[in-house]
Amino acid sequence: MTSVPPARAVHPLRRPVRALALLVLLGVAGFWAAKGAHRGWSQDRVPVPKTDEITGIPYTVYEDRYVPGVEVLAAGTALAAAIFGATFFLRTSPTRPPSSP
Amino acid sequence: MMTKRIPASLLALALTVSAGAAPLAFDFKDPKGVNAIQFTLDSVLEPIVGTANGVTGSVSFDPAAPAATTGRIVVSAKSLVVPNATQAGHLQGKDWLDTATHGDITFELAKLADVKTSGAETTATATGRFTLKGVTKEISVPVKLSYLADAMGKRVPGTNGDLLVVRGEFSIKRGDYGIQPGQNEEMVNPVVKLNVAIVGSAPKR
Repeated sequence: MTSVPPARAVHPLRRPVRALALLVLLGVAGFWAAKGAHRGWSQDRVPVPKTDEITGIPYTVYEDRYVPGVEVLAAGTALAAAIFGATFFLRTSPTRPPSSP
Repeated sequence: MMTKRIPASLLALALTVSAGAAPLAFDFKDPKGVNAIQFTLDSVLEPIVGTANGVTGSVSFDPAAPAATTGRIVVSAKSLVVPNATQAGHLQGKDWLDTATHGDITFELAKLADVKTSGAETTATATGRFTLKGVTKEISVPVKLSYLADAMGKRVPGTNGDLLVVRGEFSIKRGDYGIQPGQNEEMVNPVVKLNVAIVGSAPKR
């Protein structure tokens, strides 16, 4: 007679935590995309090119607004991955089949 | 009586002509705040592009003799701006430009060579002393000077005078000026491109 390994019960927090990881990933990606999907570093002020009408000199003015860069996307992805990875450590003790009388 | 009047008239005429031919002093502190030096450093992910708009200085320019141009342009290193505030802090910090100690970047024009003038436009090679982070080196920069007579009032209403636009583009090696020599070259290119486009004004009284 072969012995059946005891089944492991899914930890009750595993699914909610994985959902949280997905939420973090989508939230950060959505924030990055909504703010312009800038593929460079984050910007605390955004350069706006202008030209002086009389002299033709190009110059730059800066608008004070935040644009998240790829490091924000990377950090959000890493955080989501870490939360997801943590769920593998959420375990319960093995459940044993009820003993026969 | 007549003989006394003629020399006086000639003297007045000579003074007028010499005054008209005198070099004009152009002030490069622009009232509209347009003047800036743009710099570009190739870097990981994207080039670092910024500006420094604290431009002052003066240039003596004679439209009739552009080759005799002299001048000095000063840029406040503390006015350096890049879009990322952390990068700006690093660039102004002690390891890079050390703007707390070396507040000014200067170019002192010694001479113009290969001067070619066509109408109001003059192209030349400007040789002078360039000082950055306390290190001074002689450099030569191709420049274009545009003399805009009586254009000052068009930019700044209520004023009267001439404008001189100076354009130039050149590169320097940051290591030559003690800016992280031989360091972080895989992260930030050792060559810095500088783009100058500034205007000076010479008011008329």
